[in-house]
Order: sequence, then structure tokens, then C-alpha cells
Amino acid sequence: MIRVALAVLRKDLLVELRTKESVPAMALFSLVTYVVFRFGLDRTSLEGDLAAGVLVVTLLFAAVLGINRLFVAEREQGGFDAFLLAPVDRSALLVAKALALLVILVAVEVVAVPAFVVLLLGPAFDPAALVVLALADVGIAVIGTLASALAVQTRARDLIVPLVALPLLVPLVIATAHGLSPLLSEGGGGLDAGWLAVLGLYDTVFVLLSYAVFDFLLED
Amino acid sequence: MLYGKRLRGLAVASALVLSVAFALTFFYAPLDADQGFVQKIFYLHVPMAIVCLGGFIFGGICAIGLLRTGDRKWDLRSYVAIHLSLILGVGVLLTGMIWAKASWGSWWVWEEPTLVAFLVAFLLYATYQPLRFSIEDPEKQARYAAVFAVVAGAFVPLNFLAVRLAESLVHPRVLTATGGTMPGAMRLTFIVAVVGMTGLFVTLWKYEMASKNATFRLRALRRRLGDDELPPARRSAAPAAPS
Amino acid sequence: MAAPPAIELAGLTRRYGERDALADVTLTLPAGATLVVFGPNGAGKTTLLRVLATLLRPHEGAARVLGRELPAESWAVRGRIGLLAHDPLLYRDLSGRENLRYHAALHGAGRERAEFLLDAVGMDRRADEPVRFLSRGMVQRLAVCRAVLHDPDLLLLDEPTSHLDPAAAELVVPLIGRASARTRVVASHDPAGGLAEADLALGLRAGRTALLGPAAGVSPAEVGALYR
Repeated sequence: MIRVALAVLRKDLLVELRTKESVPAMALFSLVTYVVFRFGLDRTSLEGDLAAGVLVVTLLFAAVLGINRLFVAEREQGGFDAFLLAPVDRSALLVAKALALLVILVAVEVVAVPAFVVLLLGPAFDPAALVVLALADVGIAVIGTLASALAVQTRARDLIVPLVALPLLVPLVIATAHGLSPLLSEGGGGLDAGWLAVLGLYDTVFVLLSYAVFDFLLED
Repeated sequence: MLYGKRLRGLAVASALVLSVAFALTFFYAPLDADQGFVQKIFYLHVPMAIVCLGGFIFGGICAIGLLRTGDRKWDLRSYVAIHLSLILGVGVLLTGMIWAKASWGSWWVWEEPTLVAFLVAFLLYATYQPLRFSIEDPEKQARYAAVFAVVAGAFVPLNFLAVRLAESLVHPRVLTATGGTMPGAMRLTFIVAVVGMTGLFVTLWKYEMASKNATFRLRALRRRLGDDELPPARRSAAPAAPS
Repeated sequence: MAAPPAIELAGLTRRYGERDALADVTLTLPAGATLVVFGPNGAGKTTLLRVLATLLRPHEGAARVLGRELPAESWAVRGRIGLLAHDPLLYRDLSGRENLRYHAALHGAGRERAEFLLDAVGMDRRADEPVRFLSRGMVQRLAVCRAVLHDPDLLLLDEPTSHLDPAAAELVVPLIGRASARTRVVASHDPAGGLAEADLALGLRAGRTALLGPAAGVSPAEVGALYR
């Protein structure tokens, strides 16, 4: 199963590298969003709660852009059939897509996080924040893959994805924002193990749940 | 399968219990020292919320039934449960807002974690019907809706936990009935209200199932008799007849 | 000992909403034989191929493919079936070679096989261009490679030589034609050509069997009647 998942992942990353459809747009979107926040909040420097909130929200909305496109190639170029005809464990597709989304999110953050530090963050950046972001990325990747798979058969795909994914991500937003806020404050705090635990629990529950239900989305 | 039997008895019983609950609320339950008469909305708001969330979770359990057996009657049960819970959910939000306005002066209080968690869950389930409607093939529609219902059902407890954790660090509970434990008179009224509300939900659920099953039967009979004027099944979010 | 029949269908029914896409289809196809399927658009040819490919589950009736029951044992036969349908199932942004390597990875086939096939259909020189830049005929040739990459025992072909010029059509014959010695089900709009290549002929109309019998005993005129 892992071998197959890696083959699908390789194919997806190859397509993304070739077409450069998702990552540049998502990264650019993040930068634009920072500018919008600057004016919307009428602040030039953020710290603590506000900084955490702006960062999480921006990454979340950039992620939604990527999630919308996750299964589009499959749907439009008959990729589902190709996969369904193969003698493989179908959960491999879930694993592959979630990993692809994770890679894309990390690639976007390579641009978006430093940009945030430069443009909007007041205090110095505590690298421990990357741990929180990593756990958040896993959650977004899993929920995003599930929401994208649910929406792929529908006609209003682009609308259904955010409507399904965002409420499901609220606990993740809560935990991430609370986890980041002390790390982005002046004289700040440290990593809060409690919120990391919540993130970890959330990620685990949804990974297991997605694995259990995904097959049903590919039948017939 | 006919859902109509014992329906009348159930309806009467539920109506009775609800009437008793109302009577108890107005004449028996003690008047709250801080909030006064307005606090009595608690006996409507909280039982509704409990039954609504219970309905969502029950919908998720029925959805598991569909995924495991493929029998579409589970889909109908799941759909009706979630759809009724959504309606109750609107009621929960409205009564919550009325309560907040009357006792705290503003229409919405972010400090009340259960109300906020409820809003998030409600927003999630509000996508259930648009999702169903946008999938045309009835079998796929049922299956995808079931996956959604299972994930959303698992999400509900996680969500309440997370929101509660977020708020409890800063704010004390706002819309509580009392500081902690409930005195006897309150507890009795509350329990009767919950039972009545559950009875209402089950009655409405059975009623809607009976109505839908009758429609399916009628359509199937007309088709078998070769009715030429039978209009083609319209696209809808509601489950189609199990084939 | 004779091999078991490649395909056994008994009362196969597949619905789409309230309509029957396939209704009560019954036939037996011996291993190594060719079944040709005729019928107007919407008659159920594509549905039949998709059910045989294990992509669709039968709603009623029984279906056995390569000795295994569908849908319970679909997983066991999937790797032994090759489907060539209207959709080439190729990613337009990847090259032919990359596409075939991906499919090879999915099916556990080797790269050498992909190279051999590319050469056999005359695509080895243009195999590194993204598929979106290739003509429809070339894409069809790549699709043929994809369909036989894993050396399937059963081939399901939906109008396989459409989009192919005569030279290209000749190139693919050893891979998907009668000479390939595989069991084949071919959906065709060409009565004379289809019958010439087949052992058994099936005519569908509105999902129902309108014609079934040995191909030698069916005339092109009878096939033509299906379309009226």
C-alpha cells in the first residue's frame, strides 16, 4: 500500500512541478492577505493573540485554495478510473493525496511564514512555532483531503469544500491559535504542551476516521 | 415497513409530557434570583439542544448502518434525523439569543462555550442538504451523505471539547441555570422537559418516515401499474426510494 | 481440462436512478473468445464494459469474470483486466512515458514492458512530450499501451480503433486484436468488421438483449436493425 501511495504522490508532485498551478497561487494569496489584514485591522505590527490569529487564518484560507484543486485532475482526466482499475488498496489514494497536500502546505509556508515575520510580526520569531504549525498542517491535510473527496462528485465543488472543511477545522484553529500566541509575544511563553496535545488528539482522530470512511467514497 | 403503528399513541404521550413540562416550568420551578422570569427559557433551550445534538449523533449512527449494510432504509433514517435536528438547531440558536439578550443585553455572547460550539456544529450540518442536493445519482448521494454524517457526528464531541477548553481559560460560564448543582424542583422540571422534547423528536421522526415510505410505495405501485403520467423523479436532497 | 468460461452473466441488471441501464443480460463467453457488442448510443454498451471492468457493481443478477464473482471478488480480478474506453485515462501534463510508468507502478508491471509497448506502437520518439501536445491518434496509441501494460487476460475495448489511421490501426492489432489470444469484449459500431472478428455477438437496445448468438450466424443487416 505504501508503495502505491508513494507512486501516486510522485505523480501528483510531478504534475504540480510541471504545471505550477497550486503553490505559487497559494503563496501569493498569503502575501496579499497580509496586506489586506494590515489595512483591515489598521495595524502595522502584530503580536500575541492577534498575530497568531492572522497567521492561522491566512494559512487556512490559502489551504482552501489548494484543497479545491486536489482531486480535480482525477475527476477531469479520468484518473479515478485508472486508479480504480488497479489491484491496489484504495486507501493508498487517501494517503497519497493527504501527503501531497501536506507537501504543498509546507512549500507555501516556506514563503508565507518568513513573509509574515517580515511584514507583520512585531516580536522576534520563536522557531518553536514551527512545531505547532507542523501539527496544524497534518490536520489541515487530512480534513482537506476528506472534504475534497466529498466534494469531487458534486456540482458546486468550490463552494462545498470551504463549507465542509472550515467548521471541521474550528477545533484545529482554536488549538493552533492558542498554541502560537505565547510564541509570538514579546518576552513570550514557551510551547504549551496542553494545546499540542489537543492538536495531536484532533489529528489522530481524523486520520483514523478518514482512513475508515474513505473507501466508501471511491466505490462504484 | 410501516412506521404508522403506535404513532398516534406516541404523539399523544409526547404532547402530554410536553404540556406537563410547560406547566411545571411556569408554576412549579423556582424563580431564579439573578435572571428572574427570563431564566425559564432554560427549560426550552437546553432540552432542545440536547435532543438536537442527540439527533445529529443518531443520524451518524444510522449512516454507519448504511455504509455497513448498503440498505437504503438507513439512509432515510439518517436523513430524517439530521434534517429534524437542523430545524431544532435553529430553535436552539434563537432561544439562546433571546436568553442572552434578555439577561445580558446583547444578542450574542461569545463567552458561552456551548452556544458557540453549537453554532459551529450547526454551520457544519447546514451543508448536509446542499451536499446531498448537488449529487445526482441517488446511490452516491446516500453514500456520500452517510460519510459526511459519520464524520460530522464524530466531530460534535471533539468540537465541544475544544471550544470549552478555549473559553474556560478566560471567562466564567454565562448562560448557566445555577452555579453548579440543580435543586430538586429545577431538576424535575428539566428532566420532564428533556423527556418531552425527546418524545416530540421521535414522534416527528416516525411521522416523517411514515410519510416518505408511503410516498415511495405509492410511486412504486403506480410504476408497476404502468402509469404513463407518472412524472419523472425530481432531483432532490431527500433520499429516493430504495430500489 | 478446459479453462472455465471467461465471462458468465445471468440476469445482470444495473440501474441508473429509476431507469434500467442494463436489464436481465445473460451470456457465457469461453476463455480466449471474442464477444462483440452492438447497439445505439445509450443502449448500455459502456455500462456493460464498466460492470465487467469491476468499476460498477451489478444491482441484480450474477456476474462471474475470469472465474470470480463480482462484486465480492472484484479485488481478485482487477489486475487481470484491461479497459480501453473513450477516456484514454492519461494525465495531459505528463509525458506518455511518465504516464505509462505511473500505470506500471500501480499494476506492479516493469518499465521494460512500457518501453517495449511504446516501441511496438511507434511512439518511442514522442514518448517524452506532454500528452496535451499529441494528436488524438497518438493519444489513442498510448491508451492502447496503457490498457495492455499489465498483460491482462481479459480485454474490454470500447471502439478501440476510433481516432486511429489505418497504419496505426495495424500497429495495435497484435496487442489488442484477435491474434493477441486474449479473451476480448469489443463494443463496436461497425457491423461487418465487428462480426468478422468475433465469436459471439450481442445486440443491446435500451439495456435489454435484442440479439445474442454466434457471430457467424448473425448478418450485418440484423445488426443494422438494432439502430432503427
